[in-house]
Amino acid sequence: MQKLIKWVDDRLPIVSAFEDHMSKYYAPKNFNVWYIFGVLSMVVLVNQLLTGIWLTMNYNPTSEGAFASVEYIMRDVEFGWLLRYLHSTGASAFFIVVYLHMFRGLMYGSYKKPRELIWLFGMTIYLALMAEGFMGYLLPWGQMSYWGAQVIVNLFGAIPWIGDDLSLWIRGDYLISGVTLNRFFALHVVAIPIVIIALVVLHILALHTVGSNNPDGIEIKKNKDENGIPKDGIPFHPYYSVHDIVGIVVFLFVFCGVVFFFPEMGGYFLEQPNFEPANPLKTPDHIAPVWYFTPYYAMLRAVPDAFLGVVVMGGAIAILFVLPWLDRSSVKSIRYKGWISKLALLLFVISFVVLGYLGTIQTTPERAMWARILTAVYFGFFILMPWYSKIDKTKPVPERVTG
Amino acid sequence: MKNIIAFMLLSIFTFSAFAAVHGQVAMDHIETDISDQASLQKGLSFFTNYCFGCHSMKYARYERAAADLGIPHKLIEKNILVGQVKIGELMTISMPEDQAKIWFGNPPPDLTLSSRLRGADWIYNYLRGFYIDPSRPYGVNNVIFKDVGMPHVLASLQGVCAEEPHLGVKPEVDPLSGNIVKSSGCHEYAVEGSLSPKEYDEAIYNLVNFLEYVGEPSRPQSEAIGRNVLIFLAFLFIFAYFLNKEYWRDIH
Repeated sequence: MQKLIKWVDDRLPIVSAFEDHMSKYYAPKNFNVWYIFGVLSMVVLVNQLLTGIWLTMNYNPTSEGAFASVEYIMRDVEFGWLLRYLHSTGASAFFIVVYLHMFRGLMYGSYKKPRELIWLFGMTIYLALMAEGFMGYLLPWGQMSYWGAQVIVNLFGAIPWIGDDLSLWIRGDYLISGVTLNRFFALHVVAIPIVIIALVVLHILALHTVGSNNPDGIEIKKNKDENGIPKDGIPFHPYYSVHDIVGIVVFLFVFCGVVFFFPEMGGYFLEQPNFEPANPLKTPDHIAPVWYFTPYYAMLRAVPDAFLGVVVMGGAIAILFVLPWLDRSSVKSIRYKGWISKLALLLFVISFVVLGYLGTIQTTPERAMWARILTAVYFGFFILMPWYSKIDKTKPVPERVTG
Repeated sequence: MKNIIAFMLLSIFTFSAFAAVHGQVAMDHIETDISDQASLQKGLSFFTNYCFGCHSMKYARYERAAADLGIPHKLIEKNILVGQVKIGELMTISMPEDQAKIWFGNPPPDLTLSSRLRGADWIYNYLRGFYIDPSRPYGVNNVIFKDVGMPHVLASLQGVCAEEPHLGVKPEVDPLSGNIVKSSGCHEYAVEGSLSPKEYDEAIYNLVNFLEYVGEPSRPQSEAIGRNVLIFLAFLFIFAYFLNKEYWRDIH
């Protein structure tokens, strides 16, 4: 075995790669439970890739055959139902862990200097993931697949001058059709997964270059011992590999509970109208995107003007990209920030969650008013950040990590 | 500013109240039980006798239903398969869609996934929700699905209700006389059927139970495997937990 490793290592630097990223990658020893969601998103990514490959073996990407082939997978393919539920539940699980992972970053200032690039790669992954989720949702070719895609592609039509041509170009037809299904299939199974994998590699390489942040927001590399090892750092392997296994098992317990017992998750993971094949002549009473898009959908509906709505929706995502340059606080972690930053983060989370809820239900004038207020809160968190993060009183940050 | 705060406070109250009222038509609730093979078998038989002429079940196969419901192939071949149909085939129908559209306004929908689309309660109430309405082309209307294109195919069994059936009514008994004061279902029939209301409800229950099964035939297998998976993960957790504890003993 040793000989084999040496033989390969002489030709490919596997030993130093393992050391750089695992056994001699020093991570802060004070990670808490919030630090599990990065590794969990890797677990879900692998799950999506593997189940996705097997699903494509039996899926038929045509408007005539798509819906029936999904039911064929559910009934006639051995364990096809399991592959499909792992994939459909995995899609929602992906967004759950990614949202929590992003929240962790917000809480502990993981986007701040010198980790701006990690944040940008992460945001691009999030963007690619949204495209992946959206295109994947069309593939079962149910009513909600069809009309959800119709609504979202039509959003591009609201852009002045080029809008109509742009949405026509995306669809490849005057309405969502088999042509759209075919291209979404190609993008969903080939193009975007490649982009996501590449971005994940960049995200981790950038992380391992500057090192991980921690709940105290202290740079552990500033405090090294005589061997050049951070005093508050421990080797990722074996300490965090055994640590992460515990988190992964807990996650899998919950995940499998949903997969095997509640795959529809009360209509949030699999929407009821999607058990009816797509019908271009029959619009469902209530079109709601899948839950992970609903905060943005609520913002879109909150704005009376179609084009401005699209701008607000796009802006809500775009503004996340510039976050590293909005935060002017002298400390990273929420632990040492003042009450204004804490309150701002709390309001931001509330606005995002409630907007998400509002996006799943039908709108009324009153709800639209609420969505407007919460949209303002959402943007306020970012736009006012350069000001409130600067004036907010911070607590002194200790030299070494705590607990 | 004050107005905005007042608006927010006020709407918190009405918000929750609105959410509660914004329900659907009242319906009777049933607990389906897809482990009850006798009920599923009766449901399949009812389906083939009364529904299968117009409604396909084109994503399901006879053979799978036979296996899951514990029905010998011979029985299926003798009683359910028509003409040259083989047991491994999908449960399709021969009614042409374009014709059906002329007859009913819309072709009768495929029912394989009806229970997942509408839910068991909806179908159970819908099939008990027909009543006489001379203004409609087939002389009946439905409280659950207003102005539905489907005729009351089960009229010979249920009869035809003379008024809108009372669905979702909690049964109430007068404590003094012991008489039933309020009950769910049809109270007055314009045409009598061959089944008593209780027998009819039971037949519909079996049918809905079968539809629930056929919507997701993998459910029993999924739950059986799921239990083992969760037990395995629980054990794995114990090992993972102590392995982690052992490694982390020297980190302070």
